[in-house]
Amino acid sequence: MEDEVKLMKGNEAIAHAAIRYGADGYFGYPITPQSEIMETLMDEKPWETTGMVVLQAESEVSAINMVYGGAACGKRVMTSSSSPGISLKQEGISYMAGAELPALIVNVMRGGPGLGTIQPSQADYFQTVKGGGHGDYRLITLAPASVQEMADHVALGFDLAFKYNNPAMILADGVIGQMMEKVILPEQKPRKTEEEIRKEQPWATLGKTHGRKPNIITSLELDPAVMEQNNIRFQQKYNQIEENEVIYEELLCDDAEYLIVAFGSTARISQTTVELARKEGIKVGLFRPITLWPFPKKKLKAYSEKVKGILTVELNAGQMVEDVKLAVECKIPVNFYGRLGGIVPTPDEVLDELKKLL
Amino acid sequence: MNTLEIIKPENLVYGKPRLMNDNPMHYCPGCSHGVIHKLIAEVIEEMGMEEQTIGIAPVGCAVFAYNYLDIDWQEAAHGRAPALATAVKRLNPDKMVFTYQGDGDLAAIGTAETIHACNRGENIVIVFVNNAIYGMTGGQMAPTTLLGMSTATCPHGRNVELNGYPLKISDLLAQLDGTCLVTRQAVHTAAAVKKAKKMLRKAFENSMSHKGTSIVEFVSTCASGWKMSPDQSNKWMVENMFPKYPLGDLKDI
Repeated sequence: MEDEVKLMKGNEAIAHAAIRYGADGYFGYPITPQSEIMETLMDEKPWETTGMVVLQAESEVSAINMVYGGAACGKRVMTSSSSPGISLKQEGISYMAGAELPALIVNVMRGGPGLGTIQPSQADYFQTVKGGGHGDYRLITLAPASVQEMADHVALGFDLAFKYNNPAMILADGVIGQMMEKVILPEQKPRKTEEEIRKEQPWATLGKTHGRKPNIITSLELDPAVMEQNNIRFQQKYNQIEENEVIYEELLCDDAEYLIVAFGSTARISQTTVELARKEGIKVGLFRPITLWPFPKKKLKAYSEKVKGILTVELNAGQMVEDVKLAVECKIPVNFYGRLGGIVPTPDEVLDELKKLL
Repeated sequence: MNTLEIIKPENLVYGKPRLMNDNPMHYCPGCSHGVIHKLIAEVIEEMGMEEQTIGIAPVGCAVFAYNYLDIDWQEAAHGRAPALATAVKRLNPDKMVFTYQGDGDLAAIGTAETIHACNRGENIVIVFVNNAIYGMTGGQMAPTTLLGMSTATCPHGRNVELNGYPLKISDLLAQLDGTCLVTRQAVHTAAAVKKAKKMLRKAFENSMSHKGTSIVEFVSTCASGWKMSPDQSNKWMVENMFPKYPLGDLKDI
């Protein structure tokens, strides 16, 4: 059977992919530029088909805590928001990391700080990959660069979250959320049954069946010796994720003398820059991290032996560029170009910046 | 008859509920939490719902409630228990779900979660322990602290200009269309315990027949926070708390 190609927004693709993944619940609060996610879910009424629960909460704080409650039952639950709302969710994200709960969180970034703007931005990179909430924890972070990846990263995010019992975030920006592209949606999967969840997530709080000990989901531990061991266990898990789950894409990198490193919408723009530069005989490739955490630092370190310089392009004042510099250990020049406050650069602007590196 | 003969199983007229384990409780002498925990355990047991119940513990003195009742538990962030319970019940409509919250958790930091869970008529039970003080953090002012009552953060007594008025949140919740039962109880006498248990049972039954949200407030003591003996605390509660927070059903439909 041929795949059905559809045209839709990135936000809509997330909603459809969530239903088709067999997600059990979505809990959200409206905020631009991602409101189409909940709107699409409400319009689709998945509770009548798959049994998926969709609920508009009274706040982002409440929504993320509903996700905590659902995740603690071993259910596939998610929320979505945009930058100011994601700031409000940090409490719940930290608690979920501490309680080792799997869940999917979508951030369709807009410009900040504060109420900022509703235009696209990538200024939540630090917040997402360096912490955000309190405590030593890591958030699995996926950066889609197309509507197709918005759909694909729903399954990828859930799968990674459940593989490691850790929250995962799709870190998109307003461009990726709002733009329309063709997309092939995944096949409809059934939701997990309670028996399956009890087997696959034996820690789930679904009622203490006879003979087993009570399941207690908490991030609290007052004994510092035990709490240190908990933290060491978390760090071991994060090391494992860094070892096994790095994803990136390379475009014309084989013979490249220079690299552009960019994620999400700036990677799409930089793709055109690479084409323009190649026409002018500049041997440049595009390196696109798809997982922002774990960051593809080993691969970039290897490139530091091969290329003469790197230009990092972001919709912020220079955030991922710090990780690029750390990865290449400052062996080669790493320049940065960014636009702020919701302005998106043109491929020509990026090309001009690239030429400064030559 | 010696003691060993007396404690023979056939002579048993009263015992600890099976769901309460032998972990030593961290609650202070005279604290109401222990009795309220016991009542919840008894009701769950008598309803035969041990394997179907999920409790949501708060932040506050009852943060370790999960150490004492052998059911599945989730520990919520401060004030967020009704949000967790909302998701647990909606995703598992056949389970019995309750939150256990103090006055700071429910009526200060968690006011939004509480009001909106009640307003949606979530089919959960909210057990609300109101002792007019923050016990766990060392006796600070709560939203329900009485006027003139001194705490660590209102050492000269709560005054209206600085701190506003004691919040009668259960009265507020009773106004919401989503609640089906809002009742104020206490556990300071045998008669009160008996009555409170009856209403608690009704609340849990409501949640299983999907009637809406049930709130059982327990006007309680905090001997340590109030700096009184357990006996003095009970007297002080009757004389000072009950006039402001009178016992009885605010709503029962």
